[in-house]
Amino acid sequence: MLAKFKAFWRGVRQLSGDDAYERYLQHYAEHHQTDADAPLSKADFFRKWQDGLWQGVRRCC
Amino acid sequence: MNKLSQHIIWLLVAITGASAVGGIALSRGEHINALWFVTAALCVYAIAFRFYSAWIASTVLIVDETRATPAERLDNGHDFSPTNRWIVFGHHFAAIAGPGPLVGPTLAAQFGYLPGTLWILFGSVLGGCVQDMVTLFLSTRRDAKSLGQMARDELGALGGTAALVATFAIMIILIAVLGLVVVNAMKHSPWATFTVSATIPIAILVGFYMRYFRPGQVLEASALGVVLLLLAVVVGGWVDHHASLRLWFDHEGLTLAWWVMAYGFAAAILPVWMLLAPRDYLSTYMKLGTITLLAVAIILLQPEVKMPAVTQFIDGTGPIFGGKLFPFVFITIACGAISGFHSLVASGTTPKLLSNERDIRMIGYGGMLLESFVAVMAMIAATVLDPGVFFAINSSAGVVGKEAVEAAAKISSWGFPVTAMQMQVLAQQMGEATLFARTGGAPSLAVGMASIFGSAFGESMLAMWYHFAIMFEAIFILTTLDAGTRVGRFMLQDMLGNIWPRMAETSWTPSVVASSALVVSGWGYFLYIGVIDPNGGVNILWPLFGIANQMLAAIALSVATGILVKSGKLKYAWVTGAPLLWLIIITSTAAWQKIASADIRIGFFAAADDLSDKLAAGLLPTEKAAIAPQLIFNLHLDAYITLAFVSLLWLIVFDMLRVCSRYLAGKPTPPLTESPHSPSRLVEDWVRD
Repeated sequence: MLAKFKAFWRGVRQLSGDDAYERYLQHYAEHHQTDADAPLSKADFFRKWQDGLWQGVRRCC
Repeated sequence: MNKLSQHIIWLLVAITGASAVGGIALSRGEHINALWFVTAALCVYAIAFRFYSAWIASTVLIVDETRATPAERLDNGHDFSPTNRWIVFGHHFAAIAGPGPLVGPTLAAQFGYLPGTLWILFGSVLGGCVQDMVTLFLSTRRDAKSLGQMARDELGALGGTAALVATFAIMIILIAVLGLVVVNAMKHSPWATFTVSATIPIAILVGFYMRYFRPGQVLEASALGVVLLLLAVVVGGWVDHHASLRLWFDHEGLTLAWWVMAYGFAAAILPVWMLLAPRDYLSTYMKLGTITLLAVAIILLQPEVKMPAVTQFIDGTGPIFGGKLFPFVFITIACGAISGFHSLVASGTTPKLLSNERDIRMIGYGGMLLESFVAVMAMIAATVLDPGVFFAINSSAGVVGKEAVEAAAKISSWGFPVTAMQMQVLAQQMGEATLFARTGGAPSLAVGMASIFGSAFGESMLAMWYHFAIMFEAIFILTTLDAGTRVGRFMLQDMLGNIWPRMAETSWTPSVVASSALVVSGWGYFLYIGVIDPNGGVNILWPLFGIANQMLAAIALSVATGILVKSGKLKYAWVTGAPLLWLIIITSTAAWQKIASADIRIGFFAAADDLSDKLAAGLLPTEKAAIAPQLIFNLHLDAYITLAFVSLLWLIVFDMLRVCSRYLAGKPTPPLTESPHSPSRLVEDWVRD
């Protein structure tokens, strides 16, 4: 039961983008470890992420 | 044995579904329980999903789960990113579900519950779901390209341009009609106006919270916003009872229309984080929450549907909009059965998240099934009202008269008894001054939802439920309005950039302001005309929107059919070809009638001629004579727009047929642009959490 609730909560966080920064850090660790510059800070990442979301058709009738 | 029990279960589903559909189709004279609608819908969806969509996926499209999707191949950690399928489903559904499937069925209920319900069920499983799923598949196989891009690549420049122009046109009409729905819901209702206005500062507060106060804490900020929204509904009631405060929020339709335009302009030029993004969060939670609540309430309460199966208005004399059952029930239901707009989300946006091709069926086909279910619930909410009450709310003063007693007598004379007293009591319960002639669909849906919620969760709070429902509709209508204005702005900047390259710079302020102003004046014009129209405006704008949306669907299906034929799948081309043919028939018939009909309630030219004759003969009252020239000009404009829509549709259909016949004759055609197969690495180690 608790496990199910946790999975549901993970889904809600992912759907809303609440965990976007954590996923970014994970992606960074997996793919860009050798890059010279450090990962973005949470505030900087969130800015880029939010601005990027609104290119194109996101809402319909 | 296992196989046998499966067969038995599906046989039972089929029998239950057939009896439920038969039950609602054949029931005459007595009330029918709304649970029959839910049962019919769920059985039809289950069978269509299990068999038809599976067949399309495996035989027609041949989805390949070992093939890497664009999300995997082009993974960049933000826009392209393989995502859990339930999450993609959530994003996709949140993007496609808008106010259309709520408004369309409400208006179409004037024909009775049956025609609309049947089209919502069968139109979606054979048309809308297929369109969404096939478009999603084609875009996934083409690096998540947009519909316009695919049309250009696969059919030619003509098809691509037609798709672009159609998208822009539908956006303008859509925003105008949605703006009109909100304005009509707020007209002379201080409570609704206060609550809807309050959503703007609340959204800005939430925007600042997630951008600066606690960056990235999306859920925390949204929870705060939802609480404030609910509070705004309660405070609105208090404002409404305050003798002097209420005057601040008590406005004519035209004043509100100017405010809506100012809002749309501001939302298009302000940074997204300030207004658009936070409002979108709030509206998505409200939408998903309220739709779930409505489903629960309908199942708990099992309300009786009081509207007859079929009304006499199928002959074209309906008070809400003119026009016969065929083709106007299809045009009016629009998004609940098949929506061209979805093809814009299914191409370009959703494929960037898809981790495996096998999920196309659940996300594309399944997402639209859920949307169709929302439309069924809207139909239930409209038809549980007494038919007399339903027609009193939705018929404009131009049709039934301005005085309550006169309007009630007229509606009763159609065989739908209602009294001025009954409407007065209802308005009081809902906390409104009057419910007569509250056209646009939102108020009647709100009354329907309030009575369902009220019976299921407490009768004492009807006014609160009503204004909650209005707030819920308004908040995501405004989200579509501001997101649409912004997309329209980008499209316009892109087009203008072909003439003057600097205009295409999305951050050059003069270009931003000029193109936003152009887009807002485009839809603002139609909104203005809709508001001053004595017949309510929705009766003109909604069919125009329906025609535009079905036309966009026809473009998406043309692209799909063309690609199927070019892929050597001629024998399966009917899967998209048959719904395409049907859409061509209904949009062309509707457009023809809107242009050429001699009935002044249907034909634009007939209405314009009638109005100018009356004006010339001095038969119009002064106030109407003052606006008549504008109305006449607008009717002509609407006729030409309709003509342009239908010409665009035929253009792209002929272009598709030309490409197909060249292919079948062995002549050169634009080559298939499918990206080459590359094996997926996610299949083995992808953990579904």
